[in-house]
Amino acid sequence: MQMLRKLLDSLEPTFKDGKLKMLYPFFEAADTFLYTPGERTESGPHVRDGIDLKRAMVTVVMALMPCLLFGLWNTGYQSMLAVDPTLTPGSASFLEAMKIGVMAFLPIYIVTLAVGGTLEAVFAVVRKHEINEGFLVTSMLFPLILPPTIPLWQVGLGIAFGVVVGKEIFGGTGMNILNPALVGRLFLYIAYPAAITGDAVWIDTTAGAWADGFSGATPLADFYVHGKTAITQMDAFLGFIPGSIGETSTLACLLGAAYLIFAKIGSWRVMLSCWLGLIATTLLCNALSPDDAHYLSVGPWWHLIAGGFAFGSIFMATDPVSASQTNTGRWIYGFLIGALTVVVRVLNPAYPEGIMLAIIFMNVFAPTIDHYVTKANIKRREARLGVQ
Amino acid sequence: MDKETKEVLIDPMLIKNPITIQVLGICSALAVTTQLEPALVMTGALTAVLVCSNTIISLLRNKIPGSIRIITQLAIIASLVIVADQILQAYAFDVARSLSVFVGLIITNCIVMGRAEAFAMANPPGKAALDGLSNGLGYGLILITVAFFRELLGSGKLLGHVVLERTADGGWYTPNGLMVLAPGAFFLIGAFIWIQRTFTPELNEEA
Repeated sequence: MQMLRKLLDSLEPTFKDGKLKMLYPFFEAADTFLYTPGERTESGPHVRDGIDLKRAMVTVVMALMPCLLFGLWNTGYQSMLAVDPTLTPGSASFLEAMKIGVMAFLPIYIVTLAVGGTLEAVFAVVRKHEINEGFLVTSMLFPLILPPTIPLWQVGLGIAFGVVVGKEIFGGTGMNILNPALVGRLFLYIAYPAAITGDAVWIDTTAGAWADGFSGATPLADFYVHGKTAITQMDAFLGFIPGSIGETSTLACLLGAAYLIFAKIGSWRVMLSCWLGLIATTLLCNALSPDDAHYLSVGPWWHLIAGGFAFGSIFMATDPVSASQTNTGRWIYGFLIGALTVVVRVLNPAYPEGIMLAIIFMNVFAPTIDHYVTKANIKRREARLGVQ
Repeated sequence: MDKETKEVLIDPMLIKNPITIQVLGICSALAVTTQLEPALVMTGALTAVLVCSNTIISLLRNKIPGSIRIITQLAIIASLVIVADQILQAYAFDVARSLSVFVGLIITNCIVMGRAEAFAMANPPGKAALDGLSNGLGYGLILITVAFFRELLGSGKLLGHVVLERTADGGWYTPNGLMVLAPGAFFLIGAFIWIQRTFTPELNEEA
């Protein structure tokens, strides 16, 4: 380890002011990824927490692990189930399922890293800023919210759009007003709806000799068309259902949420208020529902466990950059995400799923919410001090 | 050609472009650019109206009373637009129908009013006509480029001819649905502004 440190130290002058100055972002990224930066605060206060961007981002990646592992297995399981409908989660071969899942996930992940990482590096070199760990999270989130059947060229196009339009044109990590992974997905959603809106095949069927293709509707698509679904609530909660790679299991998302809250990285206010907003709006819809077969009558429990709501509210809505920054603002921001999700899901004639659109929409309004929260606070304090 | 004429002729196409710099005429730039043909016709119509209106207003500029100048300009522009609309309906009915209200809306196009007010009211007719021509072409330049990409990427065609064969017709190209929608034009125009500002840094505001 000493040798590595020495090597890095001896290379530093070459990159900092020497011949390879252009490539300094790469050196900086490798150095800070391998070692804690040795910089110290130059002026008081001299107390400095160990938490930095790198640790915050790695924590999110760790929190995503339950979703990722379960998603790999479920992708394989759904694919095997399509061949042999008598399988149950217990009887399916675990290794076989994991193998199919990994084979479906890895190409998507590699394309995401290659395309997104290259763009990130190009912007870092041209703009002369450091390569940022933020992309670690984006590149992990993005494949998890895609269906396993997505064509790889769409993956590349989506992440390119997400990184450039969602982040870099605003100035890079920390300056983006929208969540880059969601921007990438939204682009694909609007540009190539056939592969991603969920009414076509979402199950990787390359495993078996599946000649005719297989159409597996997600529970939300079922509700949307028939007002009911054949999938049991327990299956939907545990995640044994077709869907995007990482979002099917509400349980895995909750494990991630527990870790994020424990590590104080994700805002519990945003998560809780998202869920409250969803439940409140669903109850309102239920009260207005004309009959039991209508989509309006689907209960709050179903809305929580079906589709990407759990994943979105836990990992995407809590993005510290694009969410509201004030605590009161977070309550309003989260509540409206939950409410809008139901509105898009139930009342909108075009889209069966709404969490993505709801988060993007509220990302746009987050600074406005903060502005008014801050203003109200100033007014309250002025009134208390009798300034006005 | 002296320097001033050159400036009047060239600037509106590049560093004073009505769309990417002055951000005028955005409404029609989004609406008529899904295909190349309407964009070409729209460019022609707008340029013709702009040249004529600038010339006429410039000729009358010393006779128009300041207090009612806007309504006078509008009357001139509206008459010209009606003429353009009638000509299109007579000789290019299909395109006129696909342009629908947007030919009529040239009346409210900010470029026409803007040039009349900012240039024609203060300059002789020859120069005003030149200014109208170059602004119309500057508008058309962006319109046609946007329409080129939107038609090519959105439906794999150019001027109605198949260039990229679509998967639905047995080809390899999957059309990009975003390009057919109005936001597609927003992203393209945004990208052009980005490119233009990258290559002409003097346009950038102080940070």
